[in-house]
Amino acid sequence: MSDATIEGAPRATQPKSSLLVADPHTRRRHAAEARFRAYGLGAIVISMVMLVVLLFTILTGGIGAFRQTYLEIPVTLEDAQLDKNGNRDPADLGKVLTLTYGKLLQQSLEKVVADKGIAIADLSAKDLSGLISKEAPARLRDQVLANPDLIGQTITARVLVNGRIDGYYKGRVTMDSALRDANTSPAQLQLADALKAQGMLATKWNWSFLTSPDASDQRPEAAGVGIAILGSLYMMLVVLVLAVPIGVAASIYLEEFAPKNRWTDIIEVNISNLAAVPSIVFGILGLAAFINFGGLPQSAPIVGGLVLTLMTLPTIIIATRAALKAVPPSIRDAALGVGASRMQSVFHHVLPLAMPGILTGTIIGMAQALGETAPLLLIGMVAFVKNFPSAPPEGLFEPASALPVQVYNWTQRADPAFIERASGAIIVLLVFLLCMNVLAILLRRRFERRW
Amino acid sequence: MNDMTLLERSVEQTEIKISAQDVQVWYGEKHAIKDVNVDLLDKTVTAFIGPSGCGKSTFLRCLNRMNDTIESCRVGGRIALDGEDIYDRRVDPVQLRARVGMVFQKPNPFPKSIYDNVAYGPRIHGLARNRAELDEIVEKSLRGAALWNEVKDRLGEPGTGLSGGQQQRLCIARAVATQPEVLLMDEPCSALDPIATSQVEELIDQLRAEFSVVIVTHSMQQAARVSQKTAFFHLGNLVEYGNTDDIFTNPRDPRTESYISGRIG
Repeated sequence: MSDATIEGAPRATQPKSSLLVADPHTRRRHAAEARFRAYGLGAIVISMVMLVVLLFTILTGGIGAFRQTYLEIPVTLEDAQLDKNGNRDPADLGKVLTLTYGKLLQQSLEKVVADKGIAIADLSAKDLSGLISKEAPARLRDQVLANPDLIGQTITARVLVNGRIDGYYKGRVTMDSALRDANTSPAQLQLADALKAQGMLATKWNWSFLTSPDASDQRPEAAGVGIAILGSLYMMLVVLVLAVPIGVAASIYLEEFAPKNRWTDIIEVNISNLAAVPSIVFGILGLAAFINFGGLPQSAPIVGGLVLTLMTLPTIIIATRAALKAVPPSIRDAALGVGASRMQSVFHHVLPLAMPGILTGTIIGMAQALGETAPLLLIGMVAFVKNFPSAPPEGLFEPASALPVQVYNWTQRADPAFIERASGAIIVLLVFLLCMNVLAILLRRRFERRW
Repeated sequence: MNDMTLLERSVEQTEIKISAQDVQVWYGEKHAIKDVNVDLLDKTVTAFIGPSGCGKSTFLRCLNRMNDTIESCRVGGRIALDGEDIYDRRVDPVQLRARVGMVFQKPNPFPKSIYDNVAYGPRIHGLARNRAELDEIVEKSLRGAALWNEVKDRLGEPGTGLSGGQQQRLCIARAVATQPEVLLMDEPCSALDPIATSQVEELIDQLRAEFSVVIVTHSMQQAARVSQKTAFFHLGNLVEYGNTDDIFTNPRDPRTESYISGRIG
């Protein structure tokens, strides 16, 4: 409607400024922007440094748990001691106590020391027998009971050594500290060095950290995260089976079908509030509802899983609703416009588009649940569990531990060897979380579509 | 641009497809549509024109009950499709929308292949017994939407990868594939460039042979080009409804005249 040039239009009243020189106002705006960038960069740098420090501490502290010092000595499994009747009857074999095996190992070690001509000043009998872990006889016994044919043979036994000796080769124990230590002595460490020189003692990769159960305070060298991993897996199974369907169904209903009225508003607010409830409160709830009222067993992964499900639900619901909200309404219109029902429009079009977001939210929720400790303490998952739970579903009702609780448990113990174990368990936990995050990214890539 | 000559105006059809009586629409407290009475003819293109916010889109969405999805929306009065009240308690809106198809303002193909976009409606309504029949419906619909020649070699590619005009024609093909009786179009060309617009307009004229088409448009030229009947809405009222020729050349109501001559709107 207007002409391209207007006669007599008012010219700019300010004197013309050069484009080559920034005016003060522009300079101020640029300075503000530069400051903001610096703050942001600083924040990133600080958090990266923290992350690196954290990872470094955990890795240096925990990597030792994956290596363990073993003694390899020839042990003659004599009939006279292990099977007096000579009939290999499992019932009779079972009557032979761990103590007997302990003596056997001690004699074998004494023999080795004598044969090899290792002479160490001040080496007491206690130092010699104390070199071998208290757990070692039990393992040898298990080995023999599993294979009675070994009796009568001379086998090369792979024997765990005392945690202090192990610590000596990982830099935790020194000759100086051994002097002041009631549980070891410089002479014992020298013996270990001598055995090492003979090639009988070596620090090797330690699978048993991942496969064996927890051990008592006196034998940190035998402690492993086997049951904790299994317990955490069982709980994740319960969470996956319960929280994902319930959470996704609830969010689809709330987002796509529920009328928008006061009741749905109240539900919405409460779900958001639940997400902010401290996790220990869910532990009390689980204790009251599932154990005291529901009569489920303590320390069982099913209870842990149920509690973590309650805890994860709000996260999954909030993430899923956000993902559903992000699907453009035009897609719903398009589906309804060709005569799809509400449900068809949701399941054929909206849900596939929301899938990446839903998966991400779900896996974040599960990862959160995997690392959760407080509620598990209240439902008895902190118990000392020595026997592996059986396969699901029965195993869900048998006592088990969980990774974060195992970490908490080990940090409570006096022996510094448990600190290393705790860091090792943290590494396992972090690896699990990393795997879940990678899975989340892969699934998101797989399902992501553009529109 | 196309020539501006008015199309063949003779409205041979007199059969009423959709009859609206005293239609009222409220959005919460807002009375958006007031006492609209209109009879839409079969196999005819009817254009709804009027300034923004006058209720023409709202009224269009009443015709296939898309307003049901808006929580605060209430509809009163009677709208009959072939003599049956579509707001009757027994009417299933899903079934209604299969008979009254809709094309939206913004092209909104599903993020699926071109084939699946068109085949979706027939699939959910069970219109094809086997793959061959479905193929046939898809081809016929795409031909009907003047898109077949452009996409026949890439039916497996995503519909979202097409250009804007192609996407809109794909949406028309998708609406046509469910074999509706009425096709509602809510400003189908507003997001398109002039070439795509003229293609869609040509298409609308062809669709008239099979369907009753109702189109909401902001462009009076477009209304004049494609429609046989025109309804002018203003502030929720249906001001004038008649043959497109008469509305544009000889409006009875002063408000229509003002709008057409560009004084309001």
